[in-house]
Parts: sequence; C-alpha cells; structure tokens
Amino acid sequence: MFGKLSLDSIPFHEPIIMVTAAAIGIIGALVVGLITYYGKWGYLWTDWVTSIDHKKIGVMYFLVALVMLVRGFADAIMMRTQQALAAGGAEGYLPPHHFDQIFTAHGVIMIFFVAMPMVIGLMNLVVPLQIGARDVAFPFMNNLSFWLFAVGMILVNMSLVIGEFAKTGWLAYAPLSELQYSPDVGVDYWIWALQLSGIGTTLTGINFFVTILKMRTKGMSLFRMPIFTWTALCTNVLIILSFPILTVTIALLTLDRYLGMHFFTNDMGGSQMMYVNLIWAWGHPEVYILILPAFGVFSEVIATFTKKRLFGYKTMVWATAAITVLSFIVWLHHFFTMGAGANVNAFFGIMTMIIAIPTGVKIFNWLFTMYRGRIQFTTPVLWTIGFIITFTLGGMTGVMLAVPGANFVLHNSLFVIAHFHNVIIGGVVFGMMAGFTYWFPKAFGFTLSEKWGKRSFWCWLIGFYVAFMPLYALSFFGAMRRMQSYEQTEWQPLMIVAWFGAVIIACGIACIVIQLVVSIRDREKNRDLTGDPWDGRTLEWSTSSPPPNYNFAYLPDVASIDSYWEMKQQPGGFKRELATKFEDIHMPKNTAEGPIMSLFALFFGFALIWHIWWLVGVGAIGMFVTFMFRIFNNDTDYHVSAAEVERTEREYHKRLEMQA
Amino acid sequence: MSDIHTSHDGASHGSYKSYIIGLVLSIVLTLISFGVVMTGSFGIPAMMITVVVTAIIQVLVQLILFMHLNTKSEGGWNVISFIFTIGILTLIVGGSLWIMHNIHINMMLG
Repeated sequence: MFGKLSLDSIPFHEPIIMVTAAAIGIIGALVVGLITYYGKWGYLWTDWVTSIDHKKIGVMYFLVALVMLVRGFADAIMMRTQQALAAGGAEGYLPPHHFDQIFTAHGVIMIFFVAMPMVIGLMNLVVPLQIGARDVAFPFMNNLSFWLFAVGMILVNMSLVIGEFAKTGWLAYAPLSELQYSPDVGVDYWIWALQLSGIGTTLTGINFFVTILKMRTKGMSLFRMPIFTWTALCTNVLIILSFPILTVTIALLTLDRYLGMHFFTNDMGGSQMMYVNLIWAWGHPEVYILILPAFGVFSEVIATFTKKRLFGYKTMVWATAAITVLSFIVWLHHFFTMGAGANVNAFFGIMTMIIAIPTGVKIFNWLFTMYRGRIQFTTPVLWTIGFIITFTLGGMTGVMLAVPGANFVLHNSLFVIAHFHNVIIGGVVFGMMAGFTYWFPKAFGFTLSEKWGKRSFWCWLIGFYVAFMPLYALSFFGAMRRMQSYEQTEWQPLMIVAWFGAVIIACGIACIVIQLVVSIRDREKNRDLTGDPWDGRTLEWSTSSPPPNYNFAYLPDVASIDSYWEMKQQPGGFKRELATKFEDIHMPKNTAEGPIMSLFALFFGFALIWHIWWLVGVGAIGMFVTFMFRIFNNDTDYHVSAAEVERTEREYHKRLEMQA
Repeated sequence: MSDIHTSHDGASHGSYKSYIIGLVLSIVLTLISFGVVMTGSFGIPAMMITVVVTAIIQVLVQLILFMHLNTKSEGGWNVISFIFTIGILTLIVGGSLWIMHNIHINMMLG
C-alpha cells in the first residue's frame, strides 16, 4: 500500500532533525492559524496562488528563495561548525551519513531553490515592465512554472523528515548515485525534485524568450532594450538549450535506478564518465544562467545611481552574447582530471580563460560609467561595488583553476569551494540583493530601509572574506572539500576563523529579515507614490508602484535607450497626467489549473520516490486530466473595461495630488 | 484551408500539397532506414551512414514541411533560433564525442 514508506522512514532517533521538524511544524501551524484567524485563505487563493500576474509570481519566487536561503544557510553553518570541531581524531557532532546529506542539500538548495528563483523572480517582476508589456507571452505557463518549482522545493524539504536526502554531492555523480551504492531514497528525492522544478525552469525559459522577442512595446528595437532585459534574454537562451540536457541526464539515471538499465553503472557497459560529461554540459551554462541577470542588475543600478547612461551599451550587449556562446564550450574544465588528455584539456582551458575577456569588458564598462558620475552610495550601489571587487578576485582564481596543470593540484580541494563561493556570493547573491533593494519599491510601493540594507551589505561582505579566504589558504596545505573530519590539528584555527565568517554572514541574513520587518512597519513613511523613487531610466519606473495589473494604461512609445530618462529630459519634463481617453485592455484570467496540476505532480514525484505505484497512477492521471481541462477551457481571458481602467487611474492620480 | 484566418502573426501555415509531400517523404525515409537494417544487405559502416543520413533528412523534412520552418516566418527569428540551436548542438555533441573518444584512448578501455 505505501511502497517503501513506513514509520521507520522517519528518523526519530536523530535529535537535530526532530527538533528542526518540530520547529517547522510549530511555525507552520502558527502561519496557518494566523491566516485562518484573519480569514485570508480566499485572498491568498484568488490574489496569489492562482494569479497569472507576472509581478505577483515574481514576488512569490523571491519569497520562497529567501525562506530557502535560511534553510540552505542552516546547512552551511552546520558544516562549518562540524569542520571547526572535528580535527585530530575528534568526530564532531555530525555523523558521516548526516554530514553527506547536509553538503548535498546545501548545494542543491542554494543553486536550485535560492539562486534560480531569485533570478527568475526578478525576471518576472522586471522584464515585462521594462519592455512595456502587460504580461508575459504565456501567463498560464508562468503560473505552472512557479508551482512546479514549488513542488521541487517541497520534495527537498520533505526529505528532511521523511526518509533522507542524497549523500552524493549536489550533482549526484554516477556510479555513487546508482542503486548499487545508494540504495536508499535519497537520490530519488534528488531526482524528482530536480526533474519537476527543472521542467518548470525550461518552461520559464521558453516563456521569457518569447516574451522578450515578441512583446516589446512600439519602438523598442533589440538595441534599445534595457541591459537587464538583454541579460534575461541571453539567460533564457541558455535555459532553453541547457536544461534539456539536465532533464535527459537525470532521466537516464532514473532508468538505471528504476528499470535496471546501465547507462552510468560500473558494469554492463555503463559509462560513469559520460554522466560527468553530460551533467557539466548543463552545469556550466547553468552558472552563467545565474550570473548574467546579476550583471544586468548591476548595469541598471550603476546607470541609475550615477545619473549617466551606461558606458558602452553595445559592448555590454556583445559581451553578454559572447559569454552566452562561450559558456557552451568550457564544460570540461570541471573534470580536467578525468583523463581526456593534454589536447582536450588545453583547448577547454584556453576557452575558459577567454571568458575572462568579455567579463573584463563588463567590469571596465561599470567602472567607466562610475567615472565622473554623481554616484549616490545607496544600498544597491554598495552591493555593486562590493561585487566588482569580490567578483574580480573570484574571476582570477577561476582563471588559475582553468590552467590544467594547476587544476590537477587544486581539483576537489577547498580552493574550488572558495572559488565558486567567491563568484556565486560575490556575483549572484550580491547581484540579487542589489536587485531586491532596487526593485522592491516597484513591487510594493515603498522603499526598503537603507540603514538595515547597508548593515546587511557590510555583514555579507566582511563575512564572505572571513569565511572563504581561510579556505583558499587551507587548500594550499592540502585540505580537501567535503571532509567530515580530518587529522591535521594545524588546520583547525583557520577552520574556526571560517566558522566565524559564517556567523557574520548569519548577521547579514538577519539584517535582511530585520530590514523587511522595519520597512513594512514604516511603509507609510517610506511610501513612494510617483513610482520612480530613484529617478530611474527605464520604462518600469514610468508606471505607478505597485503597477496596476495591466501595467500600463497606454503602452509607452520608445525612441531611444533609457527612453524614460529621455522623456524626463524633454523641455517641461515628464508629467504623470491622467489620459483623456481610455480603452479596454485584454488580459489573461487567473487560473487554478497550474497549482492543481502541480499538486498532482507532487503526488506523482513523492509516490515514485517511495514506489507507491497506485499513487503514481493517481498523480499521472490527475496531471493529464487537469491539463486536458486547461486545453479545452476557452474562458481564459477577459477585458478590463475602459471604465475600470479610468477608475483605477483616477484613483492613483487623486492620491498623487493629495501627496503633492 | 486558406479562408480560415486566425490571428497568428508571421507564421506560415503550409498547404495541402506540402503536407502530402511531407507525409510521403517521411514514410519513404522511414522505410529506407528500416529496410537497410532489416535486410542486412549493407555492411555495418554503410548501414550506419544510411541511417544517420536518412535521419537528418527526416528531421529537415519534418521541420520544413510540417513545422513550417522557413526564412520568412516570424521575421526570420525561427530560422535564426534553429541555426543557433544547431550550432550549440554541434558544439555539445561534437565536444562530447571528442572528450569521450580521448578518454577512451587514454584509459585504454577496450
């Protein structure tokens, strides 16, 4: 009846897990209780869960990402604590099987359920507004993408309490991830969480690619698009081309584990090296999927807060395009040591180093934009400057790793860990935090507390250096990654320093939470009615904050790069005037099919993990039937009447006048 | 056919003739590839080449005649995306073959 699932699957004997589970249970019950008490279930369902509004979907992505950041960070500080303790024969407090699950979960969560949703969340919120569109190309698919992603997130978190997570590392290298060496459900959780959320990501990629190509407002040629939209476009190209590789690779691993096939097994002609090759053919473009939008954020932030047009707009675009293509010919640098030989290694090493050139072009563009600009040192600018310095360092250690000879020494050492945290924290996290502070007022209509934002920045910046510089040093003494314990007591002092760095980062995360609480408390004081709190340059700032669900009462007309800025520079300036005539606006309707399909996908995934075959059937049929409902549902759109548009606009202008 | 105009902008819709040609071609190509394998009258290399070549033609037939890929639809974006995809596919498949081939030699597997 319940397949492999029984009461024994729940680790009652592990106090750490049980206490965490209890805490999650209590917080969950509290949230449910509060929602019921205030009678907000209906509001949640109609305004958020079933919403196809890209702005709300963006907010939901970011919210999930912030919650998962806390979960992923909890894993991080547990690992640092373990390594600070377990020196010279000491065992620490985490047994190997638990430690292994933690480093796997940390990697999976931080990449798939923190960095990806932050990137996709920002794209959702910003891209349609920047190109002057009223929604994305496929609004239902957008909602479905979010909920499929949420299913993956839920599965990963379920594995904490029901059963266990993979002990294989975040990429589940075969043959370790094969049935022979990982007979438990951990890898199956990994498979289905990534497979379902990965399909959501692919759909998002297609959706935004089409949105950017087909739904730009009048006059916005490709070379008038804001840089963030450009980077989003390139990221979506990467998603469309690379995520299918992940899907297929995981599907082959699934066939091995579920149907006894031998794609990546040790025997019967399986090739585990092919697994490594395929997973990185996706894995390397993936890191550019994360970093390109961060580059876009920095470009917007720097141009806005220096009050200058971005230096070298065209070179910025071409650098982005070059990175997009190059990111597909470097993947072997993740496995120089696998034995492909000198010629192959030399080729991929050189290709990897070449990526530093377009990236360098970008760095200089940002520097030259700041040069002689009137820089306002707001929180997003601090994140940007912190990024430029930190990311340059990380890029240089990356070029070091790209030297095959050096790589043979550094492979699988803490140097690799320090390097990729250097570029992911210094690049992606800083970028997403900059974007979060920068676009928050667009989503909610009030600005975030600068004081707490700056505190968060300094904690993150200092915390990062204190946590990861020791790891570079330790790697030169021979410290490897993923050590549950080690003999060398002389490594311990630096491990303790690294632990302290993680504590400082914890303060940074706490500051973000406090920043949110304080800003929501003071929202009336920080209210921004103009919709343009930063004196922005791109179209998203020309509409009100938060924008009405149709974004623009009239689609804007674009004549140049930074067109909104140009409008404001006209003699007489840009006036927010009420239009004299309104028209009906064609909009998509909210839909319950996305969340319902995803709920069945959750049953489907969970049942496959535990071999509960009848529930697999229920899930599959449920998904299919819901999908058929969607296909034959013709009632998917409506018109916002001109009268209603007028009422909304009048209301907004009345509030605007009252403030003035 | 052509009197039902839906509001798809830019994508072409094909004609009765092109669908019939596509159908016949795809059946013929399928029969050829099955045929060379089932009769076994070719040598192994010749058989593999035939299967690969018919597969590639099959892909093109389906793309052009069934999925209406041409240089004009969607303002040329379809064909640009297609060429770009082919380029990336070549890089990934070609790169993988190159890598795996070298590993094979260096590891003296078989």
